[in-house]
Amino acid sequence: MPNLTINGEEVEFEAGLSLIQVCEQAGVEVPRFCYHERLSIAGNCRMCLVQVEKSPKPVASCATPAAEGMVIHTNTPEVQKMRKGVMEFLLINHPLDCPICDQGGECDLQDQAMAYGMDHSRFKENKRAVTDKYMGPLIKTIMTRCIHCTRCIRFATEVAGVPELGATGRGEHMEITTYMEKALASELSANVIDLCPVGALTSRPYAFAARSWELSKTESIDVMDATGSNIRVDARGPEVLRVLPRLHEDVNEEWISDKTRYACDGLMRQRLDQPYVRRGGKLQPASWEEAFEAIANQLKDVRGERIAAIVGDLADCESILALRDLTVRLGSPHIDCRQDGAAIDPSVRAAYLFNSTLAGIEAADALLLIGTNPRWEAPVLNQRIRKRYLQGEFHAAMIGESLDLTYRYQHLGDDPAVLSALVRGDHEFSAVLKKAKKSMLILGMGALARPDGAAILAAARELAENSGMIDAEVSWNGFNVLHTAAARVGGLDLGFVPGEGGLNTAGIVAGAAAGDIEVLFLLGADEIDTHALGNAFVIYQGHHGDAGAHRADVILPGAAYTEKNATYVNTEGRVQVGRLAVFPPGEAREDWTILRALSSALGKTLPYDNLAQVRAKLIEANSIFSNIDQIEPAEWGSFAMAGEIGSEPFRSPITNFYMTDPISRVSKVMAECTEAFVADSGKTGTDG
Amino acid sequence: MLRDKDRIFTNIYGFQEPGLKGARARGDWDNTKDLIALGRDKIIGIMKDSGLRGRGGAGFPTGLKWSFMPKELGARPHYLVINADEGEPGTCKDREILRSEPHKLIEGCVVAGFAMGSHTAYIYVRGEFHQEIAALQKAVDEAYDAGLLGNDACGSGWGFDCYVHCGSGAYICGEETALIESLEGKKGQPRLKPPFPAGSGLYGCPTTVNNVESIAVAPTILRRGAEWFTTLGTKNNTGTKLFNISGHVNNPCTVEEEMSIPLRELIEKHAGGVRGGWANLKAVIPGGASVPILPKSICDSVLMDFDSLREVKSGLGTAAVMVMDSSTDVVRAITRLSYFYMHESCGQCTPCREGTGWMWRMMKRMCTGDASTEELDLLNEVTYQVEGHTICALGDAAAWPIQGLVRHFRDDIEARIKAARVADKIEAA
Repeated sequence: MPNLTINGEEVEFEAGLSLIQVCEQAGVEVPRFCYHERLSIAGNCRMCLVQVEKSPKPVASCATPAAEGMVIHTNTPEVQKMRKGVMEFLLINHPLDCPICDQGGECDLQDQAMAYGMDHSRFKENKRAVTDKYMGPLIKTIMTRCIHCTRCIRFATEVAGVPELGATGRGEHMEITTYMEKALASELSANVIDLCPVGALTSRPYAFAARSWELSKTESIDVMDATGSNIRVDARGPEVLRVLPRLHEDVNEEWISDKTRYACDGLMRQRLDQPYVRRGGKLQPASWEEAFEAIANQLKDVRGERIAAIVGDLADCESILALRDLTVRLGSPHIDCRQDGAAIDPSVRAAYLFNSTLAGIEAADALLLIGTNPRWEAPVLNQRIRKRYLQGEFHAAMIGESLDLTYRYQHLGDDPAVLSALVRGDHEFSAVLKKAKKSMLILGMGALARPDGAAILAAARELAENSGMIDAEVSWNGFNVLHTAAARVGGLDLGFVPGEGGLNTAGIVAGAAAGDIEVLFLLGADEIDTHALGNAFVIYQGHHGDAGAHRADVILPGAAYTEKNATYVNTEGRVQVGRLAVFPPGEAREDWTILRALSSALGKTLPYDNLAQVRAKLIEANSIFSNIDQIEPAEWGSFAMAGEIGSEPFRSPITNFYMTDPISRVSKVMAECTEAFVADSGKTGTDG
Repeated sequence: MLRDKDRIFTNIYGFQEPGLKGARARGDWDNTKDLIALGRDKIIGIMKDSGLRGRGGAGFPTGLKWSFMPKELGARPHYLVINADEGEPGTCKDREILRSEPHKLIEGCVVAGFAMGSHTAYIYVRGEFHQEIAALQKAVDEAYDAGLLGNDACGSGWGFDCYVHCGSGAYICGEETALIESLEGKKGQPRLKPPFPAGSGLYGCPTTVNNVESIAVAPTILRRGAEWFTTLGTKNNTGTKLFNISGHVNNPCTVEEEMSIPLRELIEKHAGGVRGGWANLKAVIPGGASVPILPKSICDSVLMDFDSLREVKSGLGTAAVMVMDSSTDVVRAITRLSYFYMHESCGQCTPCREGTGWMWRMMKRMCTGDASTEELDLLNEVTYQVEGHTICALGDAAAWPIQGLVRHFRDDIEARIKAARVADKIEAA
């Protein structure tokens, strides 16, 4: 490896790195504002200037490639003076309104001014003021604070793929703005708030809510989609004030979607904070004992096959396991975790995973999307596809709706017949798939959650096998299912699917309507048709008063994802652990403990008394739970029966990205986003 | 003084016909095919030997610049870009070439283009030059009609196209990489270097950006030989140069002269002397707005070339000599230049964006003496805080005039500050 000298110490470096990266690896701090490793290099803040021997001028270390034999100085009086100078320039027109700035305490400008700036101002002229810009309901702008690093512009253009941010004017009059003051239309837009090194772009919903140092910070996992983004939950007292991304190179890098970030205000609305029992047709507050008693009374003479349970989209693995164990003890085979009725084959793990893995997308050279809108179903994953697309030599195609996915793809139509043609190999895109070395397909819920879903699954498997997507030699598996529910893979891994003679979701609902199912347990299941449950006795365990709770006969108040220590498995089969950031409100409890308590009230006591014991049972149920944050490649196998594919066009199951689950549906911020970004939000011309 | 037979631009005043016929009569396009037949290496060799230094202001050896282009034409085309975005205050040489000697430029493009393996030249002309753009376009059309441009330029077998592009009036687009950005249709902001344009320039392809004058003199140098060119001027500062003399002289003009001519001789011989005589001279900005101002004491003896002017901490720049007699308020004059740089700063990088405005505001107060002497030091320090820390040279250009002013006219400013203090006291009393 080549060598260079930093401050008199010889350092080895990998060829192709910039000076700032080499310095970083060598543990030498170089201040910066515009440089960000995931964005292109702008070199405009001039904060990272260093001296290179034999160079007549100081160089921007972010923009200078490291070369053999360079001699770099980062701590000379000259360099310190340069930094002071740049710092002074950045501050002369900065309002220095830190006491009323939301960035205060976590501001790069503040920190670096402390470390590298002067202790007083020499600027006696008037400061510049800049008009604030409108960037939508999420991003609050105070443009006078802007230091023109252009990180936000580069993020929007490069990562989010919406070239709507730019700089107008020049010199002192340069201003960052959106095109025609339009809201920044990206599902990842709020990441610019994290990127902004100053308080120019701050969080609108979080404005003036708290100071960063008074928040308790908990590292956790997101459940708004099935990617399992790594998040940090910032709370004060019982309230989650904000959600921030946490670095995980293989999952979300350092981005999160706007829903992940901002649905958290929904955690304070319409919460189920105590048990309810329906008496005389009305839900009435009750104690836990009364609720359990009501359930025990109801279950007393009911045989197992007349009991059913459905798991919703936000459930954690611990509670799924507890519910499964309980239904086994009650003798019910009618359990399902696929409340949208997706025809997923649970028998082979590879059949329901995103086998290529999220990071693996970057290795692919051809992609076929089937009945999915990744931009709305998993924005962070979609960003990965865009990242791959930008590297070039990448062919993407879509069978489904024609949408703006932020990268170019070939639209093959929305007719499932195209899939059949691809399977037969007589479609023009077949040649592309054949030629590609690592091709992949992504099967969305829009293709599986339909009557002919099983046949489509079989066709996709055949296509994957035919076109060399499954290549054990290079351990490449290009068959991918993109889930929309955070609980789905965990449920499937725990076998929460109909047992011998059991009914699936559609069967359970129909059974309830017909009176064959007498007792139905819904673990946060709100997306089924709750009006069609006939006279069944419905027990709803969950955290929000959504569709399921309205139909319930007994409500058991559970904990939302920020309120429990819980395990989730993301769409690629990665087991991740979320942590309790705040306690569940009121009488609500962590979900598995509710089921445990219920089991003893029913005389079917579950064999675990603490979290460690539940987790041990999880591992017993499926060994993948022993490998936290690891991906075990799933074995390929034979699954799904070929059948008749219908002609109904593919449609993504998500019609409004901002409202997909009980939490985001009650979030005020998500409602504002819906109004701002979703064209068909039911707004009429007379609104407002 | 330059002899008429050594003059390159024989029609710089436009007394003769600028068109192809007139150009041919002056010797342009005379066997251009033979020049091309010299071959690439020889052309670049002659240009190197001639010692021609770029006429755009920085004075980088032209032949050396051409040699940076990749030797072999790879998958990416090579481009020659002519910088005719002449916006430097005081400078009016390229416009004369475009107006009266456009064929010299076009012929230069063909030869230079061939020498760097380029089949295409873009001539980026300052947007305000309506007349010049029309004249140039007419000349380009004539050259196409005469087969001097096109698939078989001058019968040499080398295909060459020439496009005239009209700028939109930003000074910064005269910076080579900002010009490239602008030519690509983007906002005119300088790029980071490296990569240099010779590696990755216009549309990411190898590109050379040259000043109009540098290219326009190339055919004559090739015809008359490097030796002839080096006999003119002095070592390292060879050949002839177009000087623009403006300001307080009796006869402002653009004139072609030998390099290294004494400043005083230049002004007195060609511009009719300083208004009110040499003794009435206060200061001269010798090379366009960006270079530091010189007081009379230096002007008395300084030679007009890159190295001599550098020695006195100024520069030849574009050789736009701005003469100021003793009636001039030099502080105000430099303040006006500061305003210009603030107005033309692209806003991309911090020191220039913030510094140019700060410097102008301080200068404005220096004009009236509404400052303290400590602030004068602050002003001077700020210029050094900008200089050398920016992406392009505009930051330097904004700093230098002020540095020159403080260096040579510090007493003037301090006197002004003191006077203002006294006036304040009188008012208070």
